[in-house]
Amino acid sequence: MSKEGGKTVKLEQRKDLLGLRDVSREEIEMILSTATPMKDILKRDIKKVPTLRGKAMVTVFYENSTRTRTSFEIAGKYLSADTVNLAVSTSSVAKGESLRDTVKTIEAMGFDLMVIRHGMSGTPSYVARNTNMRIINAGDGANEHPTQALLDLYSIKEAKGSLEDLKVVIVGDILHSRVARSNIYGLSKFGCEIRVVGPATLMPPEIEKLGVKAYNNLDQALRGADVINVLRIQRERQVAGLFPSLDEYSNLYMLSPERLKNAREDVLVLHPGPMNRGVEISSALADSTTAVVNEQVTNGVAVRMALLFLMMGGSKDEITY
Amino acid sequence: MKLLIRGGRVIDPANEIDAIMDVLVADGKIEAIAPNIQAEGAINIDAAGKWVCPGFIDMHVHLREPGFEYKEDIASGTRAAAAGGFTTVCCMPNTDPVIDNAAVASFVRERAQKSGVVNVLPIGSITKKQAGRELSEMAELVEAGCVAVSDDGLPVADSAIMRNALQYADMFGLPVLSHCEDLNLARDGQMHEGYYSIIYGLKGIPAAAEEIMVARDIILAQTTGAQVHICHVSTAGSIDMIRDAQERGVQVSCEVTPHHLILTDEIVGSYDADTKVNPPLRPLEDVVALREGLLDGTIDCIATDHAPHHLESKDCEYNLAAFGISGLETAVALIMDKLVHPQILDAETMVSLFTIGPADILGINKGSLDVGTDADITIVDPELVREVNPREFYSKGKNTPFKGMVLKGWPWMTIVSGRVVYKEGKIITE
Repeated sequence: MSKEGGKTVKLEQRKDLLGLRDVSREEIEMILSTATPMKDILKRDIKKVPTLRGKAMVTVFYENSTRTRTSFEIAGKYLSADTVNLAVSTSSVAKGESLRDTVKTIEAMGFDLMVIRHGMSGTPSYVARNTNMRIINAGDGANEHPTQALLDLYSIKEAKGSLEDLKVVIVGDILHSRVARSNIYGLSKFGCEIRVVGPATLMPPEIEKLGVKAYNNLDQALRGADVINVLRIQRERQVAGLFPSLDEYSNLYMLSPERLKNAREDVLVLHPGPMNRGVEISSALADSTTAVVNEQVTNGVAVRMALLFLMMGGSKDEITY
Repeated sequence: MKLLIRGGRVIDPANEIDAIMDVLVADGKIEAIAPNIQAEGAINIDAAGKWVCPGFIDMHVHLREPGFEYKEDIASGTRAAAAGGFTTVCCMPNTDPVIDNAAVASFVRERAQKSGVVNVLPIGSITKKQAGRELSEMAELVEAGCVAVSDDGLPVADSAIMRNALQYADMFGLPVLSHCEDLNLARDGQMHEGYYSIIYGLKGIPAAAEEIMVARDIILAQTTGAQVHICHVSTAGSIDMIRDAQERGVQVSCEVTPHHLILTDEIVGSYDADTKVNPPLRPLEDVVALREGLLDGTIDCIATDHAPHHLESKDCEYNLAAFGISGLETAVALIMDKLVHPQILDAETMVSLFTIGPADILGINKGSLDVGTDADITIVDPELVREVNPREFYSKGKNTPFKGMVLKGWPWMTIVSGRVVYKEGKIITE
């Protein structure tokens, strides 16, 4: 939850981006529209612009990540911010330093913004309360992953022209998924019909109170779908007794070209990555033009550039630089 | 030395007294209760406008000594109790070493004599080292002054052991205080499982984790004929089962905490670990059911489950934080402000939930203003308005989700065996 509440529209007035739950539709639209010129910069031969020169940001990842951390880092660098990555396993954290002390130490070095990923829900909120740095949540436990949802929204809008009134299906481990939650909060602000589908043991009780429809049967959930967002399934969930085997899971829930027969012909398939080919998505589908997994990665950089630009005080005129 | 408490509203539910009267205390005992007492040489206490009640009893606190003195010790914990209006506290055995033998129980009582300012009655553990395997030597624990046995914090999972414990403790009339939690269902849980646990992305503790064990303990109490007391009930389902069992004549009593009567799971969204408590804060439906249970007599008493923690175990990631709320210094004011002043709970019922309610469960000769008994007296100022400021707590545990709340109705004076130990915000020591 952001201290600013859900009322502010201007991102530059917002100290932190902790989740999409309390971000307004107008703010999301502003980020997405700013991402388009950013994507143009990415296509240039010389990609660097001086917009955030003199600003400093740090990424602090308490969980493994390839695309999100790299994406934030390169987004910062393209905008000329000084970007530092804290490798948590080689830092004082490994010596038992508390999170509070780590944050205070980083703050004392003069960073303007911190990007944090943490396995425990709510940790970015806790950090934001204890620092003057701006905080961007890069994923916290099963709570939120707002920049992933923003890049998903951008990818959907890019392919479909609009976010209005689409039928979007989210498939997989809804219970543990921060991607699912942030997508639900984001998409519901654009009047989308959101369906979640997965085994009952990976479906939170009372999920429908979020305004979504819950299914256990994939074929039913896919009927008339415009967009399918496929979540990564983790083997640990099998060990925890939540489903019997990955084999049975893929028989019931793996997306493949054949299973798309109920969806619309122009259905768009998203996956936040990293993919387990042959488990939640078939190789044939992953490599088809229906799936835009790599385009999502490019859009991720553009959306994060937009966010950094808006939050670290760039002025609107400078984007066209 | 004599004390004459003059002109207060004396509320003594055990004797069905609720009237403006004087209370005379002599040599640490209640000497007389009557209008307009004249007593030569007595120290006068003007209690006009105040409520003069039997000393409040908190049958569920963690004083942390021995073993965890950095969280709380008997000196600080009993000062917190006095400031909160409690004259008697029962301390849970999850110390290090565990209160599972006479030596540790005696140590606690001696420390309370030396460094404490209120009565401390130790609770022994149900099983040795709280390991859930062999019964503690309960006869020895009774001899050493334990008033109950409990597995608080480490519930006895084995139903056969629990049944034996109920039967064995019943020989001594020793109440068994059961912390009802199915540890498998609750594993890794951070908050109540429901709408808000989805929203906040925290692993949920289902109501079933509590209710399954409440059901088990009721069945065991019924089949053994022994008594069982359910600690900190928190769900509507538990209340329904306990009410039903009481109607069928099963010897089951229960307590509720102020925080479960007042807060809901929605506030966990701050990720402020002071909201992290076990059993977890529940949804509004449960809070409503608990209040109904309080009014219809299903719930026998209010207990704080005072669980003080040091700063580092609360000022951190929510998942890493310890469970528990430092409750002694806010309990009475919370009940006054949230339940008594809004006329949800009448004064007499409130007083009985803090006095004769717990005394009857424990079978101790306290909780009334009977002439000749120990002069343990709590005087409440129903009109006093004050903000909850943990920095001013006598407890070492500053962990309260009520910080900053402005409440009306606070303990004004606490008297233990005829000695004033707390008066208007200050602990009095000689």
